[in-house]
Amino acid sequence: MDVLETWKTVKRADLLQMYYYLRLTRTLEDRIIALYRQGRIVGGVYTSNGMEAISVGYASALERDDIIAPFHRDMGAFLVRGITPGEVVAQYLGKRTGPTKGKDGNVHMGDLKRGVIGFVSHLADNLPVATGVALAFRLRGESRVVVTNTGDGGTSRGDFHEAMNFAAVRKLPVVFFCNNNQYAYSTPLGLQMAVKDVVDRAKAYGMPGEIVEGNDLAAVYLAARRAIRKARAGEGPTFIECKTMRMHGHSEHDSAKYVPRELLEEWKKKEPILKAEQMLKQLGYADENTFREVGERVTKEVEAGVEFAEKSPLPEGPETLNGVFATDEEIKP
Amino acid sequence: MTTATAGREVTYLEAISQALDEEMTRDERVFLMGEDIGPYGGAFRITEGFQKKYGEWRVLDTPLSESGFVGAAIGAAMMGMRPVVEMQFADFISCAFDQITEVAAKNHYRWGAPVPMVIRAPFGGGVHGGPFHSECPEGWFFHSPGLKLVAPSTPYDAKGLLKAAIRDPNPVIYFEHKFLYRRIKAVLPDEDFIVPIGKADVKRAGVDVSVITYGAMVHLALEAAELLARDGIALEVVDLRTLIPLDKEAIYQSVRKTGKVITLHEDYKTGGIGAEVAALLAEECFDSLDGPIMRIAAPDTPVPFSTPLEEFFLPKVGDIVAAAKKLAAY
Repeated sequence: MDVLETWKTVKRADLLQMYYYLRLTRTLEDRIIALYRQGRIVGGVYTSNGMEAISVGYASALERDDIIAPFHRDMGAFLVRGITPGEVVAQYLGKRTGPTKGKDGNVHMGDLKRGVIGFVSHLADNLPVATGVALAFRLRGESRVVVTNTGDGGTSRGDFHEAMNFAAVRKLPVVFFCNNNQYAYSTPLGLQMAVKDVVDRAKAYGMPGEIVEGNDLAAVYLAARRAIRKARAGEGPTFIECKTMRMHGHSEHDSAKYVPRELLEEWKKKEPILKAEQMLKQLGYADENTFREVGERVTKEVEAGVEFAEKSPLPEGPETLNGVFATDEEIKP
Repeated sequence: MTTATAGREVTYLEAISQALDEEMTRDERVFLMGEDIGPYGGAFRITEGFQKKYGEWRVLDTPLSESGFVGAAIGAAMMGMRPVVEMQFADFISCAFDQITEVAAKNHYRWGAPVPMVIRAPFGGGVHGGPFHSECPEGWFFHSPGLKLVAPSTPYDAKGLLKAAIRDPNPVIYFEHKFLYRRIKAVLPDEDFIVPIGKADVKRAGVDVSVITYGAMVHLALEAAELLARDGIALEVVDLRTLIPLDKEAIYQSVRKTGKVITLHEDYKTGGIGAEVAALLAEECFDSLDGPIMRIAAPDTPVPFSTPLEEFFLPKVGDIVAAAKKLAAY
């Protein structure tokens, strides 16, 4: 099926909704970069620039009761799950109104009420955790699914392999995404693994896998939907490798001079928002006016978020001591 | 809901097994994961017959992947389950170190999601296990905020602390001493009971010298107390039972009475829990001390295999007697 035919199989409303999230993600992260350059964000800034279609696509394919265990290139998934731009900026600014109340920074945020497992820096650590989420669903006979994501580099860690193996052996309702953006910090794919495609790793666990054009929103969404349906039906896990390119440095402090310029030029042509706009126009679902309106809407939302975050209080020093342990009240059924 | 043992003595091992059984019956969210715990019943037979009773999914045999199944327990706990995972030997917990210290321990602090889970860790020497089946790894986790650590020394404490650990809203590492499994017996109450986490217990009262200890070493201290009583030295044996959160008040209370302290553990001496207790006493009970704080612990070597080496390695009753006599003379 060619690209246009693929896009035709997704509902217009869903495509427009996902397009909105692509723009919201890009605008929010660009704004965060600006705050960083002004010195208003003190920690690292990790963006999904040029890779937004992956997290927006998979998160949009989930139901309300499902769970995500994302990684640091998944801002779109946080937003789709209902984390607001204001909360994200507050988190980056270390404010009390961020999801971690200043205890942790940047994309290290989670909220069980909105089905988001918090991300930890140790890549692939969330994959075994996701298998446990799926195991809980299986134990209780719930038809819920968890989607987790990591980068190409994360697939070299033992936790990736232990999670893939366990999920496959027990046919757990989990979908493993891999954002293959060609670089793990400065390490190119060829020094990360000897297999040609990351998806080859799934074979070792008897797990079905597929490769998806990661910058094609509809392709990611449809692949996620298929895998999620399968998982929900009790047919076990799937591995989905999304080919994409990290267009910025590992973090905003990193100029990424180690990435060949030609490679970036080539991927610029496959930019996911541009691609989505071309397809939406061809389908007659949207025009330049629509894109401008969405742009104005997300800019307004992001600016409101920045205002909320800046007005929010910082935590007080002694709050450091709160929350090391949970209380009995917190786990009452 | 209890396991009827009708006044029969049960071993430390049976007490652990009973606690698991009763908690699984009481609360269907409780489930077990680990290597060879299903049809085989676990390396030490703690879960013998469990899979038949509770099914394949609630007594789940895992692949050989400690990091993987501890991570899975964390995920299941966050979803409202109450996983209890078994390390076949506490030594293998090193494979899961990252999941325990980075994910489980920091989760609630970072973003507020409780992780109510238990990791059972059969630890300790005296069983000819060598460097990889004898270790006391509690020191690693003692230094990792967000975890609770317990180490029972009797069947009563073993059962009561395991039940308390399963009902606790936090990740708890439950250090069960392999040497005690079949050596220590007691009659347990028929009714449901817990031993609260965070409470030490004076296993023998005395006025002359305090021994602050836990795990299998409690029994060594009790033996030493018998011998010392003949010489007119009354040893007080404080069983910490919980290592985190440490029952500081119980330690201070004992030391304010005796003024003389021995810390005793099977874990390495350097940076061990005894060192922390000594530092706390220097800060909080300096005025009550009538002699130097003495530490008895294993030397800083891996646990050796050969019998004379392991005997040399482990603290002995004679070490406690000698230290107590030295202190009593002050």
